[in-house]
Amino acid sequence: MKCQKCDKPSTFHITELTDGKPVELHLCEEHAREYLTQSSQEPTTASSMAAVLAQQMAQQMAVGQTAEELAELDQQICPCCGISFYDFRSQGRLGCPHDYSCFAPQLEPLILNVHGETKHVGKIPRHAADRSEAQTRLIQLRRQMEESVADENYERAGQLRDEIRRIEQSEEIQ
Amino acid sequence: MELNDLARGPGEWLRGSGPEADIVISSRIRLARNLAAFPFVSRASESDRARVEELLRTRVLQIQDASQLLYVDVERLAGVDRQFLVERHLISREHAESHGSRAVAIDGHETFSLMINEEDHLRIQVMHSGLDLDGAWEQVNRLDDLIEEKLTYAFHDELGYLTACPTNVGTGMRVSVMLHLPALVLTRQIEKVFRSLQKISLAVRGLFGEGSQAMGDFYQISNQITLGQSEQELVKQVADIVPVIIDYERQARDFLFRESHQNLNDRVSRDYGILRSAKKISSEETMRRLSSVRMGVNLGLIEGLDIPVLNELFIHTQPAHLQKLIGSELESEDRNVERALYLQRYLQSHTRGDESERN
Ligand SMILES: [Zn+2]
Ligand SMILES: [Zn+2]
Repeated sequence: MKCQKCDKPSTFHITELTDGKPVELHLCEEHAREYLTQSSQEPTTASSMAAVLAQQMAQQMAVGQTAEELAELDQQICPCCGISFYDFRSQGRLGCPHDYSCFAPQLEPLILNVHGETKHVGKIPRHAADRSEAQTRLIQLRRQMEESVADENYERAGQLRDEIRRIEQSEEIQ
Repeated sequence: MELNDLARGPGEWLRGSGPEADIVISSRIRLARNLAAFPFVSRASESDRARVEELLRTRVLQIQDASQLLYVDVERLAGVDRQFLVERHLISREHAESHGSRAVAIDGHETFSLMINEEDHLRIQVMHSGLDLDGAWEQVNRLDDLIEEKLTYAFHDELGYLTACPTNVGTGMRVSVMLHLPALVLTRQIEKVFRSLQKISLAVRGLFGEGSQAMGDFYQISNQITLGQSEQELVKQVADIVPVIIDYERQARDFLFRESHQNLNDRVSRDYGILRSAKKISSEETMRRLSSVRMGVNLGLIEGLDIPVLNELFIHTQPAHLQKLIGSELESEDRNVERALYLQRYLQSHTRGDESERN
């Protein structure tokens, strides 16, 4: 695909959310940089550039995989927050902490590409992650509860609310 | 504390003191953190966001005395006040412009700001005047420890702190220094410096003001990688490069001073003259000329004017600050008139003698 502003190939694919509607832009590196420095301002520039980088990496990964393999990876959905890998690829943002586990095979090459490493060696929080199962379960239950409310299935919503409370109370720390 | 209390001062990032303050404006470290039991912000429902905001607000108010804390509901804030916080580097433009429950907590000295529900649930930012990355790390680390005592962060054994964007995963840390590099810009060497920094995976970018123009020759250098190196190593990576750039900038200033003294003196004196006598001036033009005058003062070409005064003008003349100081909302054209008037009065009352005329 060609850059929208010149004849060079487009290597950056930027999805902008304007008025809640995603608009796709395909630009070469030079025009992507120009576009980003115009549309965003410090310190946003850093994070939006980072997001574009993540998107770009995710798209590069696509090379070397067959269309079916890719479609299959794209359709994989996080059971906690409900995003698909395609959602991440197109927006550059993950949906919940559990995505790092359920999309691990897709994310690993991307993380390696960005950081050159795959293992954290810095600070560790004092509250170890042994509660992470309960925490991700809470994300899932809250989402299911909201869906039940939206479907006017109040009985189910009530059950879910009770279960959420039970877990929250057993977890002294949020 | 109230928002309006902040407007008169320059804020921490332009206080203009600390080591190497003629070139290093400020040192900043931010940590990205998320609560384990909630989806990331972009996927959070409004009730998730409200709950995250409440949990973090509660914790912040436990660790900081309310009289020394400004807690701002950004969602309910007027546009000019949001812009004001952006100009002071207390919130990001993204945070100012997004929607839904979000907040910022700021301490009385503006050394820290905690953005709640920005790209991540929590962004802890510490800013110190001049070159003081070690001090900034110490403070941000302590804040992080305090907040974490009662909350559970999203953390992964292998990957470290989990963030909404994988480019921040690991330490979630961005270390940056803001530098004033007018001589490198004037001698057209700045691009060269950028290229060499990119090779060692440091990011450089200009500070942007109202338009797309790089503002006042201010540049920010920061780490790009957040995973696989400890926080201390990341601090060191940025800290090690700063003296090298300071040295380049000083060499460029010496060169200009030696090789084109008259041109340089003419240039900064004209810029100073325009700032003192213009009747209409845009924010961009103000930044450009203030930058030149700032270098002139540092090189002893302009006397009777202090760096902190100039630092204050950098921030006071920005659109939202100007409107808050004047006390009314103004269209761009009217702002340009008021800005010129403000500069004239401020420079008149904050200079000693009129020695600059005799140079
Ligand atoms: Zn192009
Ligand atoms: Zn998820």
